[in-house]
Amino acid sequence: MLSRTADHLFWMGRYLERAEHLARLLDAHHRQSLLPRSAATLVTNWQATLDSLSQSAAYHQVHGEVRPDAVFHFLAFDREHPGSLVSCLQAARENARAVRGTITAETWEALNAAWLEARTLTSGTSPEAPMREGSAFLEFVKDRAHLVHGVITATMLRDEAHAFLRLGSYLERADGTVRLLGARWSDETNTADWAVVLRSLSAFEPYRRLYREAVSRDRVTELLLLQDTMPRSVHRSLNQVNDYLQAIARNGRSSGPGANAGAGNETLRRAGELHAQFHYARYADWAPQLGAPFFTALTRRLEDLGSRIAQDFLVPMSTGVEAA
Amino acid sequence: MALPAPYDEMLDPQGQPRPHCRGYADWLARRSTDWLAEKRAEADALFHRVGITFAVYGEDEGTERLIPFDVVPRSMPRSEWTLLEAGLKQRVRALNAFLHDIYHGQEILRAGLIPPEQVLGNAQYRPEMHGIDVPGSTYAHIAGIDIVRDHEGRFRVLEDNLRVPSGVSYMLENRKMMMRLFPDLFTSQAVAPVEHYPDVLLENLKRVAPAGVTDPTVALLTPGAYNSAYFEHAFLAQQMGIELVEGQDLFVRDERLWMRTTRGPQRVDVLYRRLDDDFLDPLAFRADSTLGVPGLLHAYRAGRVTIANAIGTGVADDKSIYPYVPEMIRFYLGEAPLVDNVDTWILRRPDELAHVLAHLPELVVKEVHGAGGYGMLIGPTATKAEIAAFRERIVAHPERYIAQPTLALSTSPTFVESGLAPRHVDLRPFVLSTRDEVTVVPGGLTRVALRQGSLVVNSSQGGGTKDTWVVEDAPAPLETLPC
Repeated sequence: MLSRTADHLFWMGRYLERAEHLARLLDAHHRQSLLPRSAATLVTNWQATLDSLSQSAAYHQVHGEVRPDAVFHFLAFDREHPGSLVSCLQAARENARAVRGTITAETWEALNAAWLEARTLTSGTSPEAPMREGSAFLEFVKDRAHLVHGVITATMLRDEAHAFLRLGSYLERADGTVRLLGARWSDETNTADWAVVLRSLSAFEPYRRLYREAVSRDRVTELLLLQDTMPRSVHRSLNQVNDYLQAIARNGRSSGPGANAGAGNETLRRAGELHAQFHYARYADWAPQLGAPFFTALTRRLEDLGSRIAQDFLVPMSTGVEAA
Repeated sequence: MALPAPYDEMLDPQGQPRPHCRGYADWLARRSTDWLAEKRAEADALFHRVGITFAVYGEDEGTERLIPFDVVPRSMPRSEWTLLEAGLKQRVRALNAFLHDIYHGQEILRAGLIPPEQVLGNAQYRPEMHGIDVPGSTYAHIAGIDIVRDHEGRFRVLEDNLRVPSGVSYMLENRKMMMRLFPDLFTSQAVAPVEHYPDVLLENLKRVAPAGVTDPTVALLTPGAYNSAYFEHAFLAQQMGIELVEGQDLFVRDERLWMRTTRGPQRVDVLYRRLDDDFLDPLAFRADSTLGVPGLLHAYRAGRVTIANAIGTGVADDKSIYPYVPEMIRFYLGEAPLVDNVDTWILRRPDELAHVLAHLPELVVKEVHGAGGYGMLIGPTATKAEIAAFRERIVAHPERYIAQPTLALSTSPTFVESGLAPRHVDLRPFVLSTRDEVTVVPGGLTRVALRQGSLVVNSSQGGGTKDTWVVEDAPAPLETLPC
């Protein structure tokens, strides 16, 4: 497969997942805003979310101080802001359009239709009162993200194209869950808040089935970090990242001019190491280290993995043998 | 000047349906305007969803337009198609023979049939191609020949497109759309299928691989996702199961063409390019092109990669060469042309120039290097000032122009704002060539000028498209279908 095609597939997967993650995150905020609490707490929560998404500076530049409606608009609807949900959806669609010959027609159509409809649904939204219809829009995005994933599962050949697409999705998913936990990890966060986090990640019912006890920070964190049967957990996402990376590496490499037979070995090792740490972890051992620095370090490792994947498989190699 | 009444593709001069479309006309007459409008809206929504759109430069990001699709097909009886098909094959065989000749022995020039400077001085003539043997001596692997019908109902060739002809995806998608919108019509009418076009094209491209390559890799070269024909490039690559590549995905090393893949470099043997000659290789042609591949011409000349269409085909579809195609057919094939050109005056000839200048308000004058309906005077619809301005341009450079009588292009009933009304149409069949075989899938792309009275069908000038049916000469009547 063309390196450029793989790049588009990888980013199509990432942006689709990022759009879905933003929908879930914003949904959590929306639900929290319905719980009784001080305006100050709401502002603190939004600030934590902006920080966790590395979008705080961009927000303050445009809007100044944190106002819940303005943040919501900025993260959901702002077409000028490249990190917003609609921008991510558009980026997913543009990447898909660039490889529409590689993905199935059904996959392309499902994503393109979602984008077209999202454009209609979000036209005319303003930073003044974005949340009134916001909740329905977030549901729409989640539904469509599920639909596109379903169509991919149901129609795409399990080949390299599929592997790069999924690799992007799962790397992004691991990243999203880590960032969400990082943003919520504070002593202020109470049981009701953790329940909201669970619901926003479709993890409330699984939590009940697995733990049969009151919602607590430790159990929620254990579920979302380490439970490998939990679809959006970091552990499960890393399982997938590892599997797809290995599938890609197994394809072998050609020996044409500029080929590099060893490309990807170090990336595979790092992915495997990270995965193994989750695979063999015991929550009790990890608990004392949990906190902002822990989640930040985890985010850095995922970023490192992403840039290594880009280097080894996606960025077109130089034609020169010296680049090997 | 009044034009003669145009030939109508569906109705005879008495307003009765022609035999080949009696069943359809009867069916159509029983549909309400509202119902047709609903079907058209459904088609538009589907085209948007499928993304059969083209990006419009300079507008709001994400603005994508549809080429208007008409829900009423243009249909043609098989006997007429058979004649047209034979004429198309003949013409493209002659054009390929001409291209081979002018890049080799130039016998047609030595025979004095075409003034040598017309060919050798043409900007589209590529001296780099002289003496190069291309596989199967095929230059125009894919040709789009624009056909019109005059007021007497005779087919005429309006123009040859031998560089990177586009539109075939619309031919295929329009058919799919019609089958989706009106399945019952297809169960009761025998419409000749067109779906095999990508298979024929792929087979042909594999056949022209460089000598010694047994399992050739074919790739389609696109200028990129922001090109107006990008949908077609992606569509054809997908339909043929070949890689869709951009210049940045390719490189030349050791006279071979390679693409950068996730598994390292992979050879490309046949390049189906949808990029003009000028942009193909910055080392050989336009140095500022970032869309091409440095060194491609070198690999091509060495015979290590086949390019389709060949480099240098533009000289044969130039409007200044067009008037000589009937001569080519006689010269290379020893046959009389089966489908005529539109009568054409060559303004570099003084007597023809004088005639044209005396009759400008009746004629169509075309710039020989213009394309897409630009650089053209349509006498009968032009204002006096426009004619005067054009006259000056012609007198200054007569060699840059040809002139033709204003054709009363045939019409076809079309669903427009006011309901069903006749609109002018042309037809672009796609002709696929190898050394031994020339193939035309039945039909082609029908373009329709949606504005009343307009003769310009180009999509850049407000034209739309229709599905094109080749049907039995006198099909059995349609079952009575519920309205």
